[in-house]
Amino acid sequence: MFEYSYIPPAPLLPEILEMMLKIVFIFTMNMGFFAPVLGYVERKQSALMQDRIGANRADLFGVTAGGLLHIMTDAIKLLFKEDFIPRGADKLLHTIAPLIAVVPALIAFTVIPFGGTYVLWGHKVNLVIADLDMGILFIFAVTSLATYGGAIAGWASNNNWSLLGGVRVAAQMFSYEVAMGLSLVGVFMVFGSLRLTEIGMAQENFWHWGIFYQPLGFILFFACALAENKRVPFDVPEAESELIAGYFTEYSGLKFAMFWMAEFLEIVTIAAILTVLFFGGWNIPFVTLQSLVSFFGFLGDTGSQAAAMFLQVAVFWLKVGALIFLQMLIRWSLPRFRYDQVMNLGWKIILPLALLNIFLTGLFILAAN
Amino acid sequence: MTDAKKDYDFHKESHTERMVINMGPSHPATHGTVRFFLKLDGEKIVHCETEIGYLHRGFEKHCENGSWTQAFPYTDRLNYNSAIQNNVAYAMTVEKLMGVADKMPERGVYIRTIMCEFARMADHYTNLGAAALELGALTAFIYFVEARELVWDIIESVCGARLTSNYIRIGGHASDLPENFKAHVKKVFATNRELYEDFDKLLTKNRIFLDRMRDTGSISVEEAIQYGFTGPCLRACGVEYDVRRAQPYLLYDQLDFDVPVGSTGDNFDRYLVRMEEIRQSMRIIEQAIETLPEGPINIADPAVRQPSKEGVNTVMEMMIFHFKNEIEGIQVPRGEAYFPTEGSNGEVGFYLVSDGGGKPYKCRVRPPCFAMTQAMGRMVEGAFLADLIPTFDMINLIGGECDR
Repeated sequence: MFEYSYIPPAPLLPEILEMMLKIVFIFTMNMGFFAPVLGYVERKQSALMQDRIGANRADLFGVTAGGLLHIMTDAIKLLFKEDFIPRGADKLLHTIAPLIAVVPALIAFTVIPFGGTYVLWGHKVNLVIADLDMGILFIFAVTSLATYGGAIAGWASNNNWSLLGGVRVAAQMFSYEVAMGLSLVGVFMVFGSLRLTEIGMAQENFWHWGIFYQPLGFILFFACALAENKRVPFDVPEAESELIAGYFTEYSGLKFAMFWMAEFLEIVTIAAILTVLFFGGWNIPFVTLQSLVSFFGFLGDTGSQAAAMFLQVAVFWLKVGALIFLQMLIRWSLPRFRYDQVMNLGWKIILPLALLNIFLTGLFILAAN
Repeated sequence: MTDAKKDYDFHKESHTERMVINMGPSHPATHGTVRFFLKLDGEKIVHCETEIGYLHRGFEKHCENGSWTQAFPYTDRLNYNSAIQNNVAYAMTVEKLMGVADKMPERGVYIRTIMCEFARMADHYTNLGAAALELGALTAFIYFVEARELVWDIIESVCGARLTSNYIRIGGHASDLPENFKAHVKKVFATNRELYEDFDKLLTKNRIFLDRMRDTGSISVEEAIQYGFTGPCLRACGVEYDVRRAQPYLLYDQLDFDVPVGSTGDNFDRYLVRMEEIRQSMRIIEQAIETLPEGPINIADPAVRQPSKEGVNTVMEMMIFHFKNEIEGIQVPRGEAYFPTEGSNGEVGFYLVSDGGGKPYKCRVRPPCFAMTQAMGRMVEGAFLADLIPTFDMINLIGGECDR
C-alpha cells in the first residue's frame, strides 16, 4: 500500500508579496529617488561649497521648488536628445555598453540589507532582497562587470579619445578591484561571515561597529570604492580636460544618462556597503532592537515591530545619505590624479597596506583568542 | 650584447602603431585657440606639433587703418585678461614716439601703475584658477573667479568696463579714479586675501596637486632663454628678469616689491611665482594708493591728449585741436619706437613705426605667450598626455595675444 504523507504548501503569497515590496522599495529608492535627486544634490552641494546659488531657474507655472524641477528638465532634455552613433562605430556594442554599466549598479543592491529582521503578523520579514551567504563576494562579482561597460563603450565608439578612456577604465578598475577585495578581508575575519545581514546584526552594540575594528580597512576600502566610482579625484577615465569625456565621449541622450545614472547608483551602493560593514548598518547607536520594540510596546506585537522597522530603515538611509554627502565633499575638493599616479597608489600603497591590515587583524584575533 | 638584441626594436617587433591624435582646436583644454597634433605611445607623448592661428584677426594690420587713438580697443583684445596693461604698453610707446613720456602728470603715472597691477592680479587669478579647474579642482577655480570678479568691480568703477577696459589714452586716461576708490580697494583686498588663503590651502600643499605640477613641463634656464621666455615662466627657471626692475617704467623704481624667483622651471614653480606675484601686486597697489597725489591725470597739451569737452567749448586752441585730432588723428612724428613693459604673462612690447601722419605705419606686438607656445612640444615630449594640461595652463596661452 502506498502511504500518502501530506506536506502542506508553504504560504507562498506572503513570501511573494514581501519579495515584491522589497524589490519595489529598493528600485524606487535607487532609480526613483537617488539617481535623479543626486544630480540635484550634487549641483546644490557644489554650489554651497563654491559660494554660488546653483540650479534654481526651471519653473512650472512660476513655482521653482528651490530648483528641484531641474530634475525633470534634465530628464526631458536627455530623453529628447538625438541618439547619436558615430560612423564606423560598432552599433551593437555601442548600444549595449551603457546597459552593461548601469545594470550591475542596480543588481548590487539586492544583497545589501537595509534593515534587520522583524516579525509582522507572525510572518518573519528580513529586509534584504536576497540574503546570500557570500553576499559581499556577489557585490564584487557584479560590480566588476560594470568595467566592461566602460571598456566596451571606449572600444566601440571608434574614437581615439574614447579608446584611451576605455583602456584607462579597464586598467584602473582591474587595479583597484584587487585592493578593494583585500581591504575587506579584515572585516570578514572580525565578523566571521560574508553574509551582510549577519555582519549588520553583529554591530548592534555601538562599540562593535566595523569602523572601530577596522579603521585602516575603512580608509582603504573607501579609497578603492571612490576609484571604482570613477569620480574626481579618480576620474582619469573621463578626465574632461584631457580626454574630453573619456569613454562616453560619443554618447548622447539616454545612453549618456545611463552612464551618469550608473555613477550615481554606485555612489549609493558604496555608501550602503560602507554603512553595513563599518557603520552599524540599520542599528541605532546605543539602542538595540529589543529596547526599541519594548519602547513601542503600547502599539501591540506587530505595531511595535513595524515602528522599530521604520525607525531602523530610516536610520540606515540617513547613514547612507551622510556617506553620500562625504563622497560629494571629496569630489568637489580635490584635483585629479594622473593616470600613472592612480596606478601607483593602487598597487604600491593601497595593496600592501591592505595586506598589512589582514596580517594585523589576524594577529589581533589570535591575541584575543 | 648580441647583434640580434641590438637590432631589437620593440615597436617593430610587436607590430604596434603609435596613436596619432588631434587635440584641439575643439577640445576642453585648448578652448578652440590652438591645436596639438600628438603622437602617442600608450599614454606617453612621442611628438607634439603645435598649430596656432585659430584666433588670428589681423590686429596689427587693423591698426594701420585707423588713427593712433583707434587702436586702443584692439589692444584690449590681445590679452583680454589684463587689457589695461596692453593699453598702457601701447600708450607709452606712442608717447615715447612723440617724446612726451616725461610730461605725464604724477597722478596719471600713479593711476597707470595701480591699474596695471589690478590687471596683473586679474590675469593671475584667471590663469591659476583655470589651471586648477583643468586639473579637476573646480571649487578652487570658483574661489579665484570670485576674487577676479571683485577686482573687475574695481576696474569697472574706474572705467565702466570690466573685461575690455579701453581706459588709457595717448597722453592720459579716459577718466579719473572714483571718489571712494581707496575704501573700495581696501574692502576688496580684505575679501581677496581670504579667498587667496582658501585657494592656497586647497592646492599648494595638496599632494595630488603637487604630484601633477611638480617636475612636469620643466625647462632649463638656457633653453628658456633661447626660446625667448619672459615673465613668470622665465622667473620660475631662476632668472630674475622682470621688466619692472630691469627697465623701470611708470612708478616701479620708487616702489618696494619683491620679484619672486623659482628654481626648477617646472609647473609648480610657475604656479608659486604667480601666487606670490598676486601678493606683490597687492603690496604695490597699497603703497601707490597711500601716496596717491592729487592733480591732473592728463598731459596738458591738446595736441597729445584729446581735450575735454568743457575745454573745447570754451578755449579756441582746444577746439582747433579737437577738430584736427578727430579729422586727421593725433600727429605722431616720423620715427620708430619699441617700449617693453612687464605684462602679467611676460614682456609685452609694442614696436611702432610712424611715417609722420595720423595713422601708424606699422604696429607690431611682442606677445609673451607666443615665445612660450613654441616650446610646448619640447616641454611635453616624453611626458604623459595628462602633463600637457598643466604645462599648457602654466604658459598661459591667450589666443588673442598669441595669434593677434
